[in-house]
Amino acid sequence: MLNSTGVPDKDQVVSRFFDEKILSSYKAIIECYEDIPCNPCATSCPVSAITIAPDIHAQPVVDPSVCTGCSICVTSCPGLAIMLATVKKDKARFKIPYEMNESFEKGTEVHAINRSGEIIGVAKVLNVSNYPHQLKTRLITVEVDASLLHDFITIRGIQHG
Amino acid sequence: MIYADVLIVGGGPSGLTAAKMCCEAGLSTIIVERSHILGGQLTKQTHKFFGSKDQYAKMRGIDIAVKLQEDLASFNTLTMMLETTVVGLYEDKVVTILQHNEYKKIKAKAIILATGASEKFLAFENNDLPQIVGAGALQTLVNLYQVIPGKSMVMIGSGNIGLIVSYQMLQAGIEVKKVIEATDRIGGYKVHASKLKRLGVDIQTRKTIKRAIGKDQLEAVEIVRIDENFQEIEGTSEIIETDLLCVSVGLSPLHQLASMMNCKTTYISELGGYVPLIDDHFQCSVPGVFACGDMVGIEEASSAMMEGYLAGLYTCNYLNQPHLEAESLISHYENQLYELRNGLFGRKTLRGIEKRKENLIHA
Repeated sequence: MLNSTGVPDKDQVVSRFFDEKILSSYKAIIECYEDIPCNPCATSCPVSAITIAPDIHAQPVVDPSVCTGCSICVTSCPGLAIMLATVKKDKARFKIPYEMNESFEKGTEVHAINRSGEIIGVAKVLNVSNYPHQLKTRLITVEVDASLLHDFITIRGIQHG
Repeated sequence: MIYADVLIVGGGPSGLTAAKMCCEAGLSTIIVERSHILGGQLTKQTHKFFGSKDQYAKMRGIDIAVKLQEDLASFNTLTMMLETTVVGLYEDKVVTILQHNEYKKIKAKAIILATGASEKFLAFENNDLPQIVGAGALQTLVNLYQVIPGKSMVMIGSGNIGLIVSYQMLQAGIEVKKVIEATDRIGGYKVHASKLKRLGVDIQTRKTIKRAIGKDQLEAVEIVRIDENFQEIEGTSEIIETDLLCVSVGLSPLHQLASMMNCKTTYISELGGYVPLIDDHFQCSVPGVFACGDMVGIEEASSAMMEGYLAGLYTCNYLNQPHLEAESLISHYENQLYELRNGLFGRKTLRGIEKRKENLIHA
């Protein structure tokens, strides 16, 4: 599916997640399914939690016991393929990279979107950051229902329908 | 007559990096660039780059263009000639240029050709209607000049350029109605495809454009499904209303200046078309003429920069004025280039380079 539509299979997605015990704090989820010559995620990680080996084409591997959930890799990934996820009771929280013009206010409700671009529920915007080190990729913190953990990927303004 | 040690034709990623090496070695260097700004395609690439630190990974192309120029700012042996076109190039390394309606001549001891590539186009009915553009032109309009040429767009081609430019047009507020691909597989990196898909853009494989529809400008396109032999499947026609069509079906190396100097060229499909035959030191069949970047084979700007550094270093060696750190820099950049190509996506390039070598031996 990924090769012909750009949407990874559910199994692929789940394979990049960690179990809910590990996700009790933010961890990097890296959806890089191809061997491409790229390593900013690994070289930007301040605690060396991401490994790309034996060479630059290998897919990154996250060690969740080392990852502190700092989010530096999220805005370093040129492919926008990294987000942070955590689960607390019935809510999942994400920190996602965002590069569209649309601006989001803290506290507002927006559409939760899946990997096919479809609306799957409601997401609450908790924070928006745009520090210089993010190089103009915004980092948006959102909360969705925990049932959407493996489906949620981005947000869209309500006015867009 | 203007005299210089090195003349570099083209101020894109490979030309600028080659210039840095020549300047550091103390050679008097001239860059001739057709545009009014330096940076080549980087000046319109608003996305973050792949690669490693050496290729400025995670920086945006537009910022890399600035960085490469900053690297050259301190050299007083460097002359940059903008809005200048090379119109004649001869084996004795006398070059005629046209600068602001004035013809001038430059005589250089060595020439580095870094002319880049041009876009391929596609044959279909009405393909000359206004509002049908190549990906490069569209990036120039939107990213460089902030001109929005349409409300909606259909993209033909799912290579990295097609995917990235579609994403950039979404960022600019243009509705991307569809990205179509003639083969059964998305050509570019899937992370780029996933970025589009989550924003609601449909990417469809095994589809092609049959014709463009419109009177004075594009109004709609007819898309059809094709089989594995790229033949239309009857009854699959679909009309999509759109006022913009972007064609992104690959690039061809701009080999013409090398041909003008009688450098031997060969057609190598893996490298995008006719390319000058170069040896392991980026030297063409005419001694003292070097070529690098997309001109010797279509790759990414990351590889073009590595090739530029190397072509510059080898040019210094040729002129018996080697860079002080020539040995270590050459091995470093050769390694970088090897690493960039040594994966799934580099295989085609490596096959092409192998053919380029074989052709050189036979020539």
